Amino acid sequence: MLTYLIRRLILVLPVAFGVSVICFLLVQIAPGDPLTAIMPVDATAEEQDAMRAAYGLDKPLPIQYAIWIGNLVQGDMGKSIATGRPVAGEVFGAVQNSLLLAVSAAVIAFPIGTALGFLAGYFRDTLVDRGVTAISIAGVSVPNYWLGIVLVIIFSVNLGWLPSMGAGPGGSSEWQWNWEHMRHLVLPAVTLAVVPIGIVARTVRALAGDILSQDFVDALYAKGMSRVDVLRHVARNAAATALSVMGLQLGYLLGGSILIETVFNWPGSGFLLSNAIFQRDLPLLQGTILVLALFFVAMNLIVDVAQAAIDPRIQRT
Amino acid sequence: MTKLLEINDLTVRFSGKRTVHAINNVSLSMEQGETLALLGESGSGKSVTLKALLGLLPPKRSSVEGSIHVNGTDVLSLSGKALQRYRGAEVSMVFQEPALALDPVYTVGHQIAESVMRHKGVSKADALSTALDMLDRVRIPSANRRLHSYPHELSGGMRQRVMIALALACRPRLLLADEPTTALDATVQIQILLLLRELQKEFGMGVIFVTHDIGVAVEISERVAVMYAGQIVEEGTTREIIRDGRHPYTQGLLAANLHDVARGARLNAIPGAPPALEVKPDACPFAPRCSHVMPACRAALPPMVTTEGRRRVACLHADAVVAAE
Repeated sequence: MLTYLIRRLILVLPVAFGVSVICFLLVQIAPGDPLTAIMPVDATAEEQDAMRAAYGLDKPLPIQYAIWIGNLVQGDMGKSIATGRPVAGEVFGAVQNSLLLAVSAAVIAFPIGTALGFLAGYFRDTLVDRGVTAISIAGVSVPNYWLGIVLVIIFSVNLGWLPSMGAGPGGSSEWQWNWEHMRHLVLPAVTLAVVPIGIVARTVRALAGDILSQDFVDALYAKGMSRVDVLRHVARNAAATALSVMGLQLGYLLGGSILIETVFNWPGSGFLLSNAIFQRDLPLLQGTILVLALFFVAMNLIVDVAQAAIDPRIQRT
Repeated sequence: MTKLLEINDLTVRFSGKRTVHAINNVSLSMEQGETLALLGESGSGKSVTLKALLGLLPPKRSSVEGSIHVNGTDVLSLSGKALQRYRGAEVSMVFQEPALALDPVYTVGHQIAESVMRHKGVSKADALSTALDMLDRVRIPSANRRLHSYPHELSGGMRQRVMIALALACRPRLLLADEPTTALDATVQIQILLLLRELQKEFGMGVIFVTHDIGVAVEISERVAVMYAGQIVEEGTTREIIRDGRHPYTQGLLAANLHDVARGARLNAIPGAPPALEVKPDACPFAPRCSHVMPACRAALPPMVTTEGRRRVACLHADAVVAAE
């Protein structure tokens, strides 16, 4: 198990390198000159060149990459062109907020999705199954930004129960564990949970249905096991695959919540990303994408290791 | 002494997209410690009989009539906890495909111990030592290490030995073996058959051995019951069946084996295919394939004729011995 872990960790290195190169290049390919966003319209060519040199944008790309990566390993992700603040601070603050939102959505979605999927798989081809399938298809198909707006209209505008935007009172971006802050989390987290509920429910339904139709379930009953015992066996069999789906969903929740963060003005990475794009803020854009991408890589690593720990059939050496 | 097994007029019908009359008025009895081979081709109702014996038929899609008594216990009336106590302790089963019948994510030791803990109420440590003892008894080398193996780490023959150890761990009075050697190599088949025969003698349990292979049936059993289209068409001691099979179907099965066949000669297959059983047979189900068919065979179900002792045949020709071709 330990050798597997080490081997798997070493494999992360080339992936991380590839991710950093792609992050760097993607931003270069994107149209638009970052300088036009921050320079006055009537700036002279000399002034533009001076600014370009100040940000190191006049050097060839490989050199720029080397400088960027060199600073990166020292924890310096550069300064935001738009605000002049260090990128690292901005990104980590935002990623923390996004992580909070993503984990909250996951805490809502995974147990509900698992329970629904199990019910549907166990009562396959019954009304329960059809109901769950309808719910999960609806969850996956309904555009969640639209659902977010609808929820805001119902719970914030009409009923006035929950705040509609921000991560805390008065648009505070500093998270605190108190009721005032947590109220702000409810609507975006619920909205974000709808898609993973559908996906997890469908996955678990397929898994449970498939496992329950296998011979060993009959064999378990044949040796006198109770229904609960059998379900425990089914759960253990389904766990590895279900966990990997959930791990990837958590990754998507973190990076894919741009629309939800925009709808709810949530000061997270998606929000930061969309601002960075509109302001052509290269260092901020690179930094945010890199952190999100590396998070995804880490998630994959955790899923792989967890799977190997649960399912003995996965090669562990 | 109570009979080990007493099946009376068992009838199983599956409903669903199409109805199948899988078992039709099967009666069967076994003495304690007897070995019986249920012989028949696919779809003749052998496996369904075993599943009915363990109460494993899906309750929603099947209707079961008649009665099954094991050591005097009315099996069809059992449910809930009583059924769980009966399964695995009184009667247990070895499945055809051990690779599929063992849970892939638990060690084999755990799977045996689980059953022992349930039926004997012992601690996990005691159950594991029973499991170890059982692995030894089914001649698994370095059983101590194998206890912690997962099914996929074992060969097919080993897995079937584990399956047998699992089935015998709680000392059942009756062992059901559902084609336990079909999925194995020929050499491994013999080993498993010999092992089963030895363990049967050692533990003194009754065995029902389901097979489509008449050679296997001869090897393992004292008695043979031949099934066709959900009915028992002939029953007798293995010797009687081999020497003097009365039913034309039995004769066909005997003639179809590969011994004494000259190279290049046509094999003696039984022409035609078994009936689909969508309706309950009201005439001899073998009539369409039978070379001795008479008009009376197509008119009504032939009665079961008990000739001498426990020997019985469901054929109108039963008395007038048909000359084997």
